[in-house]
Amino acid sequence: MSFRLEPRADASLALKLTVSLAAGLAALLLVALPVLLAGGNPLNAYALIIQGAFGSMFAFSETLNRATPLILTGLAAAVAFRARLWNIGAEGQLYIGALAAIMVGSGLLAMPPALLIPTVMIAGFLAGGMMMVIPAILKQRFGADEVVITLLLNFVVILLVQMLIEGPLKDPLSMGWPQSVPLLAEARFDKLVPRLRMHWGLVVGLVAAVLLWLMVRKTVLGFEIKAVGENHAAARFAGIPVNATMLKVALLSGGLAGLAGVGEVAGVKGYLSSDLSPGFGYTGIVVAMLAGLSPIGTVFAALFVAAVFVGADSMSRATGISNYLADLVVALSLLCVLVGSFFVRFRVHHEPDAALARRR
Amino acid sequence: MDVLFDIFGSANFWAAAVRIATPLIFGVLGALLCERAGVLNLGIEGIFVAGAMAGWIAVWLGAGLWGGVLVAALAGAVFGLLHAMLTVILGLSQHVSGIGITLLATSLSYFTYRTALPSVTSPPRITPFQPIAIPGLSDLPLIGPALFAQTPLTWLAFALVAVIALLLYRTPLGLAIRAVGDNPAAVEAQGLSVQGLRIGAVVAGSALMALGGAFLTLSAFDAFFFGMVNGRGWICIALVVFASWQPGKALLGALLFGAFDAFQIRLQAEIGQVVPGQVFLMLPYLLSILALVLVARRADYPRALLQPWFKGQRH
Repeated sequence: MSFRLEPRADASLALKLTVSLAAGLAALLLVALPVLLAGGNPLNAYALIIQGAFGSMFAFSETLNRATPLILTGLAAAVAFRARLWNIGAEGQLYIGALAAIMVGSGLLAMPPALLIPTVMIAGFLAGGMMMVIPAILKQRFGADEVVITLLLNFVVILLVQMLIEGPLKDPLSMGWPQSVPLLAEARFDKLVPRLRMHWGLVVGLVAAVLLWLMVRKTVLGFEIKAVGENHAAARFAGIPVNATMLKVALLSGGLAGLAGVGEVAGVKGYLSSDLSPGFGYTGIVVAMLAGLSPIGTVFAALFVAAVFVGADSMSRATGISNYLADLVVALSLLCVLVGSFFVRFRVHHEPDAALARRR
Repeated sequence: MDVLFDIFGSANFWAAAVRIATPLIFGVLGALLCERAGVLNLGIEGIFVAGAMAGWIAVWLGAGLWGGVLVAALAGAVFGLLHAMLTVILGLSQHVSGIGITLLATSLSYFTYRTALPSVTSPPRITPFQPIAIPGLSDLPLIGPALFAQTPLTWLAFALVAVIALLLYRTPLGLAIRAVGDNPAAVEAQGLSVQGLRIGAVVAGSALMALGGAFLTLSAFDAFFFGMVNGRGWICIALVVFASWQPGKALLGALLFGAFDAFQIRLQAEIGQVVPGQVFLMLPYLLSILALVLVARRADYPRALLQPWFKGQRH
């Protein structure tokens, strides 16, 4: 028996969807083993995770609340990876976006909400975007690898945030707790439903996903990104301004991650602290890959990942099994979807030896 | 100026520099071995965590310190094998697989630690490797304590630099590993297995990375903490470029980095009242970025780095 690989010209949407769903399911199935080893009952754990994520209006609101930053960091990764710009720095870009929101929206400007909210969002977008434009320029000018630089910048940004919230931006009323001065009420996102935590940031994420989908499908920039992502040299030969396109992608990608930070400050916390994000930036990479880099798919992938996190927290409280199980599901989904991408790229022919012999 | 003189004149400083450099030496050697064979291993950050956790748990369960080192290396090798299956056999994206390995190794380590020790307020401790002073040599001024009063793992790291250098430049296997990262077609023409060589290099390199993690829990500290690796793996990836993929320069880079880090810690103690502590903590990351930017243009990347190879493939 032998296997032969044949590259697929274009994979169908159905195949891509199947691969993503199968990857998510496979990851959930694989964690049955650690659950067993931790002395738990996997079926019980799954039931508790689903209940914890969707079991009540409150639970579902928490899931949507958790999905909000993940939609934006997922889109940040998706748009960058489409152009083969390896932005692994969404975590830092999220924090710098949140920092910009606080700097602009905590008393510097006195405006009504209709002006202040957009101003804060633009500031966060630009700050996050610049945080990615810098590595993109370093790559173009000096040939420095953006993967390592964006990874290292994450640590620099967190330290910068810690420095500022313990220094000039420190809230004098926080009883020594390191957190920033609060965002003005005029700069906050309203809740979508009274008494539930989900907020207008979710709408921002959904609108961003639709806009990005339109951009990818209908605009010149979308076409240029596709061309650059497929082949730099060919794109350059075809007269596409590769460097300029990459800088636009960098600004957009970093900006989306920056908006995720604005949303967490303006919609959830109201101030900046160094535990604003439990790794939303890194998880965004998994979200984007699960979505097959599709903007609309990112929304659903973010919902899945958010449900796993929220559900696992509640499962952990009920059973005592560590909620790091959620991180495990997320990591395994990434590896499973990567393996799945093999079947999207190649058609695997399986030939009995007899058939092989005849062909020879 | 007196401050600088005090710092550089203290034997303590040089000993600390070597201690800080040790996990990086393991990590850089591991990353170098993988990349020389043409495979970028961004799993390094997670493999550090796995090595630190697995080594520590093994010792805590009574395996003995060297037993812990072995368990750490095995844990690294397992994650290396997974990375090799995905990137070498299936030819999938080395970037994405590496990030996936880092997420998996980190979350699996944290989950295991939490499951083994469900509710501890202060982490339990083990008795780590103790420094061994070589009589006579360790009394030398400045370099005595730095080079001759370290723990066995530091000496192992130095020895491995020589071993990897000899392997790469003086043995047929080393020639094959270098060729597989530069010109896999030529290696296959010689009748050697490109994929076999790559898998071997990634597995061995990942085991080395895990030793860097094990040094943290078995030698530098005596317990496992969440977040203790703190970007050391990523710094190693930058140092490999800085070292032009050469073991000797990798050692030099790690030592320079260790000296710089030891320096900023001491400088912090001297002028910490004036400058916020975070500025000093940022410096190692900024230094790595600067080093990467400065050498990137001249960097002599293994030519087949990131490129998968399928058996019988034609150009």
